Amino acid sequence: MTTLTKAPAVEQPPVQKKAPSGLFDPKMLVSSLPDALRKLDPRVMVKNPVMFVVEVGAVASTVIAFTDSTVFVWWIVVWLWLTVIFANLAEAVAEGRGKAQAETLRRAKTETTARRLTDTGEEEIPAAQLQLGDLVVVEAGQIIPGDGDVVEGVASVDESAITGESAPVIRESGGDRSAVTGGTKVLSDRIVVKIMTRPGESFIDRMIALVEGAARQKTPNEIALNILLASLTIVFLIATVTLPTFATYGGVHLSVVILVALLVCLIPTTIGALLSAIGIAGMDRLVQRNVLAMSGRAVEAAGDVNTLLLDKTGTITLGNRQAAEFIPVAGVTDTELADAAQLSSLADETPEGRSIVVLAKNGYGLRERHTGELPQATFVEFTAQTRMSGVDVDGRQVRKGAAGAVSNWINSHGGTSDARLGEIVDGISASGGTPLVVAEAVGGTARALGVIHLKDVVKAGMRERFDQMRAMGIRTVMITGDNALTAKAIAEEAGVDDFLAEATPEDKMALIKKEQEGGRLVAMTGDGTNDAPALAQADVGVAMNTGTSAAKEAGNMVDLDSNPTKLIEIVEIGKQLLITRGSLTTFSIANDVAKYFAILPALFAAAYPGLDRLNIMQLHSPETAIVSAIVFNALVIVALVPLALRGVRYRPSSASAMLRRNLLVYGVGGLITPFVGIKLLDLVISLIPGLR
Amino acid sequence: MSDAAAGLLQVGLLVACLAVAYRPLGGYMARVYTSESDLRVERGAYRLFGVDARADQTWAVYARSLIAFSAVSMFLLYILQRVQSHLPLSLGLPNVESGLAFNTAASFVANTNWQSYSPEATMGHLVQFAGLAVQNFLSAAVGITVAIAVIRGFARSKTDRLGNFWVDLTRTVLRVLLPIAVIGTLALVAMGVVQNFSGGHEVTSVVGQAQTIPGGPVASQEVIKELGTNGGGFYNANSAHPFENPNGLSNLFEIFLLLLIPVSLTRTFGLMVKDKRQGYAILGVMGTLWAAFTFAATFFEVRGNSLEGKETRFGEWASALFASSTTGTSTGAVNSAHDSFTPLGGGTALFHMMLGEVSPGGTGTGLYGMLILAVLTVFIAGLMVGRTPEYLRKKITAREMKLVSLYILTTPTVVLVGASIAMGLAVARASIFNTDSPHGFTEVLYAFTSAGNNNGSAFGGLSANTPFYNTALGIVMLLGRFLPIVLALALAGSLAKQQPVPVTQGTLPTHKALFVTMLVGVVLIVTGLTYFPALTLGPLAEGL
Repeated sequence: MTTLTKAPAVEQPPVQKKAPSGLFDPKMLVSSLPDALRKLDPRVMVKNPVMFVVEVGAVASTVIAFTDSTVFVWWIVVWLWLTVIFANLAEAVAEGRGKAQAETLRRAKTETTARRLTDTGEEEIPAAQLQLGDLVVVEAGQIIPGDGDVVEGVASVDESAITGESAPVIRESGGDRSAVTGGTKVLSDRIVVKIMTRPGESFIDRMIALVEGAARQKTPNEIALNILLASLTIVFLIATVTLPTFATYGGVHLSVVILVALLVCLIPTTIGALLSAIGIAGMDRLVQRNVLAMSGRAVEAAGDVNTLLLDKTGTITLGNRQAAEFIPVAGVTDTELADAAQLSSLADETPEGRSIVVLAKNGYGLRERHTGELPQATFVEFTAQTRMSGVDVDGRQVRKGAAGAVSNWINSHGGTSDARLGEIVDGISASGGTPLVVAEAVGGTARALGVIHLKDVVKAGMRERFDQMRAMGIRTVMITGDNALTAKAIAEEAGVDDFLAEATPEDKMALIKKEQEGGRLVAMTGDGTNDAPALAQADVGVAMNTGTSAAKEAGNMVDLDSNPTKLIEIVEIGKQLLITRGSLTTFSIANDVAKYFAILPALFAAAYPGLDRLNIMQLHSPETAIVSAIVFNALVIVALVPLALRGVRYRPSSASAMLRRNLLVYGVGGLITPFVGIKLLDLVISLIPGLR
Repeated sequence: MSDAAAGLLQVGLLVACLAVAYRPLGGYMARVYTSESDLRVERGAYRLFGVDARADQTWAVYARSLIAFSAVSMFLLYILQRVQSHLPLSLGLPNVESGLAFNTAASFVANTNWQSYSPEATMGHLVQFAGLAVQNFLSAAVGITVAIAVIRGFARSKTDRLGNFWVDLTRTVLRVLLPIAVIGTLALVAMGVVQNFSGGHEVTSVVGQAQTIPGGPVASQEVIKELGTNGGGFYNANSAHPFENPNGLSNLFEIFLLLLIPVSLTRTFGLMVKDKRQGYAILGVMGTLWAAFTFAATFFEVRGNSLEGKETRFGEWASALFASSTTGTSTGAVNSAHDSFTPLGGGTALFHMMLGEVSPGGTGTGLYGMLILAVLTVFIAGLMVGRTPEYLRKKITAREMKLVSLYILTTPTVVLVGASIAMGLAVARASIFNTDSPHGFTEVLYAFTSAGNNNGSAFGGLSANTPFYNTALGIVMLLGRFLPIVLALALAGSLAKQQPVPVTQGTLPTHKALFVTMLVGVVLIVTGLTYFPALTLGPLAEGL
């Protein structure tokens, strides 16, 4: 068997994976400008109907400006183009952040050669030529040439290129830790990898495509919103194009430039400009948390999740059970029991054994002893037959183990097991814990000393998170292989809504299907091959990066950190994405009211002086009013880019509370802000010479 | 008693009467449309027309049946007008000219009842009761069937069936409209409305002129005119005519009739989707809008102290109450001349129609129109709570939004494009009486708004019995009626297929005050934003 050697120092500096995020960097506006200008191509613009209308209006106004060359017309023309450019800029900035990450990934995917195993030996070929099912050898210091499963050997692998985590991980054949990713580096030992993906479809290729946004498709909700925005655009287009005949009757002549300005102010440019940036940024926020969503659809579905299936171990509880308490039988002191428990666990390297030593030290002040301090001691290892472990030292035998096994041992060593011992054991079992009985035999007579209470330790803060989930309307179900009694106790302690005990993969699948039949959306995490069907069935299936290829293939997200708790964050990101869209749509539509009050009196007050009473902002002149409205309309896009990229503030709460808050901020705020903004802009713009 | 006290008393009495009728009628209609058994007369009718009463239709078949039925109705009504001189009971009136006959047929089949003619001088008794009155029943019933199908779309799941149009239609006429109409007729006759087959009475007017006032089956027509939110009067003066609406009591009763079914249908809706609170919420939105517009109309009329064009027996309060209720229900009956309202009072009536007839709207049309706006509101509000939007446990996806978007696009498009063409054509401008004043534009805008929203009330001052207006308004009425109906049915079909999603803490509650407020806001802003430029050039230019 190969032995593991300590991983050599990583040569290349740990890859800085996280692109500057969170705060919006104004410098990115400048660096994204070329991209923004490239996007002016009408073939690209037409995909965004709202902004396409603005661009068409800008072109028409520009043509007119050459014949009707006034300061006013040129101001409108310039700001119409700026409106389009700002929209493109928002998208370019959002994409730019992904490009930085893609660059890092590309570096990891350097041209590698693969050592392919053939019938006769091995040959060196470029990694790009590897086919499905090829077997390749990778040794310490070499880059793994493609995605696959380890079929032979065990090695430590540096996966920092994709996870950003510099600590090496173990990959071994068989089991759930067999998957390796192309572009990662073997640090020690030799493994044989069976290639599982076709060239160009590897994990890293998909990752690059994802973060660059190349694979981005409009998500279902984005499409629905786009339809609404397009229809609002058409309604306002009709309201605008029918206006000249109405106005002519009153003796008002409306120029094309003014009509374009009115139209651009009315159509939902704010949300139209930011919609795709919001989507890209949402995916990006997931990538920042080391989660790769294979589709935007999955991210949206995450926001809708009704039921979360969470594995108990590692997600709700710490990985292993821990000693919580020593309960002595009558006539034995706490310290005696703790001492015996510690003694019996010194050679026990299992996490449970370590936790007993730790409890003895922390709870009972017993100094930790090392096996070396007791040279004459004989340690008895745990076996499946004896179901006990312990130590023989100085003629004293100490044993700990399952209640039945230890009782038998006591009986066979001339002792009798205490009836009250049974009570303690049953009590612990009933509370969901695991009892370990400690006994000793001195001079041929055995007696029970007491019981160690091993229990699952629920991670800190889980109860609060589940309470939040409940407030958001999400039901949490704990999945565990434990018996119903144990599962119930932990479920109650952690505060989950329900549990599935003694769960097999089939049970899990049945549970998902049952939930889905009720119209619920289910999210789950998984890593093993036997999780794959359930991951595929779930609406949101998050595969752990440490898991098997089959699991990663089946899920629609991969968590590079392999942290099952992250499911909760994924749900929040999904919700935040939708909330950002809805809030900015509301803001965009609410903005129109003020623009009407700016533009309509400007257009018609000359013909109908009474309409000046609509000029409640007391704007300087018709021309400054129109310019102010169009400038505000453009600037508000830039002002909201950081919000679109960051997402609106999200705090888990009930739907009613969230609606109230967002309606107040973005609805009422959207009504008032432009009145203030347009007025302030008018004060400045009225100083411009040439504009009356 | 002061005008204000009397006015408030009337409003209070009206609301109280509606409140009393709300539960029994709403519950009764819910039972009518969920019942499995047919009346004997219904079975006879089904056998006669070869209808399989138990066959459930998909949305497409439902829509096809509805369109076919309406097309046949329109054709028969057109023919009846064109040959009336050869038929009995025509009072010696000539055949109706083709443009007018088309306009009138479209108008009555589309539940608009726009009348670009003087009824007593154009239509004989036969056309009145065998043509127009029949359509008053049938077109109202068609609207209700659509509302019922849309409700079923929300209430049903995992099916592509929405019910049977023929059964819904028959039941609406026989079990809902006819019984109320019979009781209503008796009540109106008791209040002094005329009901006979008399040819006319010679009277000498106060200034000494000889005048012939025809009698006729007025009360029976009057009831269904209001009850079915039709609005086509027996007399040109409509509900301002003392034979149609003799006194304050009959006036209040007529307002009650036109609000009765649209209001009670929200109860039917709540019962059929098994969540009465949803019905109350929709009623809350309709009620808020109706109250706001009634207040505004009353405020402007009382402030303007304008009795021109109003009957002194009604005064400003009862006239404004009638105007607000008739424009909010797509009825179009009038007890005063909206043209003579103050500019802002008339503008309020105009804007009320522009909302899309949802406060509380026409029979059926009001409910499905409001439900569509609720879906739109849910879409925006739902996003703001971080979920794919859902309404009544149905998800609002791209397909639903496509239909909703087209729906809200249709009416403004036909209204504004129609008005724009009219204002652009010299021949159409020639019909305007008040030239060179914003009032003239308001008259045209009012006509197209009234036609597009299937209201039917007229602003006057516009000579609409011309080939242009008869054709244009006829087309606008048909498009404004049947395009939304097809879209609403398609939406219902799409919703019915869905698997309902469970209600959780994360679900947007659509029965609370917050949602009601937001829906009111969306109705006002979405329609307000669309029409605001046009309104600026009309009533606002005149009134500010």
